[in-house]
Amino acid sequence: MFSYILKRLAIAVPTLLLLIVISFLLMHSAPGGPFTAERELPPQVLANLNAKYGLDQPLWRQITSYVWGIVAHFDFGPSFVYKDRTVNQIIAQGFPITLTYGLLSFALAVIVGVSLGVAAAIRHNTLLDYIAVGLSIGAQVLPNFVMAPILVLIFTLWLGWLPGGGWQGPEYWILPVIALSTSFMASIARITRSSMLEVLTSNHIRTARAKGLPERRVILRHALKPAMLPVISYLGPAFVAMITGSVVVDIYFSTGGIGKAFVDSALNRDYAVMMGVTILMGALTILFNLVVDILYGWIDPKIRY
Amino acid sequence: MMVATTENNPATEGMAARGRSPWADARRRFLRNKAAMFGLIILLFVAAFAIFGGLFSQWSNEELDYNVMGQVEQLGGPSFANGHYFGTDDLGRDLFARTVQGTQISLAVGVVGAIIAMVVGTLYGATAGYVGGRVDGIMMRTVDILMAVPYMFVLILMLVMYGRSITILFVGVGLISWMDMSRIVRGQTLSLKGREYVEAARATGVSAPIIILRHIVPNLLGVIAVYATLLVPLMILTESFISFLGLGVQEPMTSLGALISEGAGTIAYGTTWQLGFPLLFFCLTLFGFFFVGDGLRDALDPKDR
Repeated sequence: MFSYILKRLAIAVPTLLLLIVISFLLMHSAPGGPFTAERELPPQVLANLNAKYGLDQPLWRQITSYVWGIVAHFDFGPSFVYKDRTVNQIIAQGFPITLTYGLLSFALAVIVGVSLGVAAAIRHNTLLDYIAVGLSIGAQVLPNFVMAPILVLIFTLWLGWLPGGGWQGPEYWILPVIALSTSFMASIARITRSSMLEVLTSNHIRTARAKGLPERRVILRHALKPAMLPVISYLGPAFVAMITGSVVVDIYFSTGGIGKAFVDSALNRDYAVMMGVTILMGALTILFNLVVDILYGWIDPKIRY
Repeated sequence: MMVATTENNPATEGMAARGRSPWADARRRFLRNKAAMFGLIILLFVAAFAIFGGLFSQWSNEELDYNVMGQVEQLGGPSFANGHYFGTDDLGRDLFARTVQGTQISLAVGVVGAIIAMVVGTLYGATAGYVGGRVDGIMMRTVDILMAVPYMFVLILMLVMYGRSITILFVGVGLISWMDMSRIVRGQTLSLKGREYVEAARATGVSAPIIILRHIVPNLLGVIAVYATLLVPLMILTESFISFLGLGVQEPMTSLGALISEGAGTIAYGTTWQLGFPLLFFCLTLFGFFFVGDGLRDALDPKDR
């Protein structure tokens, strides 16, 4: 098990470095520097600015000092637009919010999705099954940026039950969490259902039933674990998509999360903030994939380390 | 892939002697699939709307209707009297014309993106699979690493750095999604390269690139077609997501994502049609492609059923 984790780490670390280098090179090769504004700056001022942000150094020095700053001090450097703020401060402000509704959405999608999928598989070809399948097909075309306005239209404008934006208390969490989790809930339900249906026809389930175990125990103890394998391998991509989706939620519901900082920096050409957010999200993704891999290795007896 | 059954069944009794090609088999399976035919009809409708819709429009997508301007909520609704079949947007532009254009752009991004992903993924996967050995190992490990990168952020980074042109959007959307295709193609290539005809080609001295292009790739067309069709809606989703954030296509051009974003921003003023019509065409397009893609998979790739 230990060497398996090490092997996974051996992939994760270069991936992260590659991500940092790619985004750095992208930034560096962009036409026009971060200080090419509408107003022409005097050459001396520009030179001073470049010196302050280290842009006059050779490329490899810039990259190594940037990477070193992140790895050693967790320091993403200063913002290029807001003179008095660092990228760390901008991230620290929005990240807890994104993390809160992100984790809630993820938990909701997994719990509801798996329960719905298992229920549909057990009651195969009944009304419940058809409803679950119908919902999951419908939700395929309802990504977060479609769900968000629809939810606000119904629950804020028509019914007036829930606030349509802001971040002041738990009632502000509900719509963002639903908007972000719906399409993943549907996918998880669909994957769980088909994998559960397949597991339920396998030999070990027949044996478990034949020896007289109560159905409840057959499902929970013997069927659920193997049926979870495809779901777990879907969790990695789902996590990436959810992180990406949080940008839409932050913008549309004005939650003040990190996605807002990302889009603002994209519109302001604040490269430092963009890179900081990209790298942070990349690191989270890679970390999560590592966890998924370990979980997979732990559940699936066929994986040998 | 080989499913050409020789058994006689009532439907084909008359032509049993001639035998059927796998393609004819696939076509029959596809035509009998109700969901796929339904999807195909939806897609034809959407395509007809995108191509011929402009002929029926009484306004261009840029004209402002000064009669409506300023009181869009009262006068801008869908009506045949003033020629705004879908109503107008908050500036008084005809929503019908804009939805036609948005559908065109979204379809184009979807198809072009899928083609780019298809070409890159096929060549990469076929090369890795055919060459094999250490090259294969390195190439596929690279894909593993690239898959763990949160691409939406990198794509947005690219769009901001190199200007938000539609070319970058088209190419970028395709370039971030060839990895899955390359894995599928590699797997299929591995099983094809041991076949006699490949061996024969090699024995007569045909070079590797020619074998890949002339003997491997044509035999993969079925699988490639299936996954390319399923890629199109994902490309449309990606583009809409970016346009929803205001980072995609720029005015006066528009896409369904940009229109949904506009509609979502103005629902508070009671102009629900601004959200409704683009959303309808967005959902129809995605539904159509998902159904047709699933149908093609069932028809061409029967082992997956």
